[in-house]
Amino acid sequence: MSEVLVVFDDVVKRFGEFAAVKRMSLEIRRGEFLALMGPSGCGKTTTLRMLAGLELPSEGDITLEGQSLLSVRPHERDTPMVWQSLALFPFLDVRENVEFGLKMRGVAADERRRRAEDWLDRLGIAEFARRNVEQLSGGQRQRVALARALVTEPQILLLDEPLSALDAHLVIRMQGVLTRLQRELGITFVYVTHSQSEAFAMADRVVIMSDGEISQIGAPRDIYRTPANRFVAEFVGRNNILSGKVKRLEQNDAVVATPAGALKVSVGEDNSISEGDEISFVIAADLVRLSQEPPAEGNAVPVSLISEEFIGSVVTLFLESDDGTEFRAQLQERELADIDLKAAKELYLSWPPASGHILVDRI
Amino acid sequence: MTSDRAVRWFLRCYLALLFLFVFAPILASVVFSFNSQRFPTIPLGSFSLQWYEAILEDPDVWDAVRTSIIVSISTACLATFIGFCTAYTDYRYGFRFKGAYLALALLPPTIPLIILALAMLAWFSRIGASGQVWSIIIAHTVLCSPFAMAIIRLRLQQMDRNLEPAAWNLGASEWRGMGQVVLPFARPAIISALCLTAAVSFDEFAVAWFVSGLNKTVPVIILEIVTGNIDPQVNAIGTFVFITSITLVVIAQILIMARESKGGTAP
Repeated sequence: MSEVLVVFDDVVKRFGEFAAVKRMSLEIRRGEFLALMGPSGCGKTTTLRMLAGLELPSEGDITLEGQSLLSVRPHERDTPMVWQSLALFPFLDVRENVEFGLKMRGVAADERRRRAEDWLDRLGIAEFARRNVEQLSGGQRQRVALARALVTEPQILLLDEPLSALDAHLVIRMQGVLTRLQRELGITFVYVTHSQSEAFAMADRVVIMSDGEISQIGAPRDIYRTPANRFVAEFVGRNNILSGKVKRLEQNDAVVATPAGALKVSVGEDNSISEGDEISFVIAADLVRLSQEPPAEGNAVPVSLISEEFIGSVVTLFLESDDGTEFRAQLQERELADIDLKAAKELYLSWPPASGHILVDRI
Repeated sequence: MTSDRAVRWFLRCYLALLFLFVFAPILASVVFSFNSQRFPTIPLGSFSLQWYEAILEDPDVWDAVRTSIIVSISTACLATFIGFCTAYTDYRYGFRFKGAYLALALLPPTIPLIILALAMLAWFSRIGASGQVWSIIIAHTVLCSPFAMAIIRLRLQQMDRNLEPAAWNLGASEWRGMGQVVLPFARPAIISALCLTAAVSFDEFAVAWFVSGLNKTVPVIILEIVTGNIDPQVNAIGTFVFITSITLVVIAQILIMARESKGGTAP
């Protein structure tokens, strides 16, 4: 599992004055589903295009199985890609589209046909083999693009926001298709997306990129629960971020003077934090409780309700403390059953110190 | 409601009259080409193919037709090739002075034909190349390339920017990508450009007249026939030229319209 397939070694990519990727080092393991996630313009697509050879790094090296790719031309690489626009060939029918990669590799016509039909069958679109690609629905075209990229049985597949043009219900279905395929084939998927739900649902590891740099690499759960810095915490969302000076240390907790009051946060194993340090920490919106009485222990902030968002069994509350700090609380609907939000005079937001997570970058 | 219909009816008549006005001379020429009488008068004489027989027996006309066919086919191929290269350069690459490059490439049709023809004649005589078939071909290629470029450029603009990289990504070298993806995608525009440039070259008189010397093209020989005397043979040749050109232009138009309705690549 942990064998390294691709290495980005200090890669820089500049377009004129603009640095799209700044000093990036990344290892991609064989057989993993890796998602590159970030807002638009963060360099994730450029990273993918460099892997496919469509852009050359300005500095640094990219290796595949230990061999440098710098002098390998795009058509000599075995790094097929599923494009955001799909880029199916409109003048070829479905089967000819899928056969394209095999044809370029000089595979004989009947062998080509057999393998293409095999893949169309596998993706459940065999009946459309002779159709023009323009006659297919979005989901079907998506499958053609997948079959076309996978037909040469590569060891790595690149996907550039392949689901962004699909309807929401199709996205969920295609996520299922993709994860199943990846597990069955055991090949490496490198998946570029700006959608957190796609990345977190499918990937083994997620790389969060910001402004041409890697902000954090980790399993979806780690990124969600222990964001490394403010950017990740904000990008992942549903987090309350608090900052302040450490007033004192009490056993495992630091008491931090935040604008919303003195709050405790667990420092865990970290003994580099001392009194007087400026730190930031997050409390995930789903780890807080709301009550009408101040709790016996732990952190508590008196808050007032600004607005609420009600989605089925989950309610998101937007709250504000006396000093104006905004909080989010994500609660189960049944947890709120005995609180009359509209009539309540006093509301307290509370959480144990261990639910807080101190950002690695401190600020 | 009734006034709407009246307006529509009026507009239809207006359009019909307009077409009649534009095509009446050509129509007259076609009608008189089958007329037995020497002078174009009404009432018409009897139906006759004598003028067609006369031009078929005239070796000068045959020479002119052969020259015209060689010139228009060669021009179509050369102009379309140059047009494709220019359009592809524009599609694929960004560079400094690209605006100037495009303006220069589209310049020839904006120069008055007489000026272009005179300049061509002066240039060809200077390098000792006037009066050759290939000098007409060169002159016509200069004239026609911009049309070919404009048609092909329009088609390439509809091409998904990722289509060519997708071909490379699947193992096609740049040359194979050109052959397997760019050319098939642009095929309707290329055929359309071939037809249109052939038609322009086949019809073109001014430049051909200046440059052709003894290798007359069909429009040049038509002028020679009418300047000499009134000869109904002209109607017969005219009909032939009209049918050739209109066929080429209609094919080009059908191809352009077909690809517009089909709309290139999907988003």
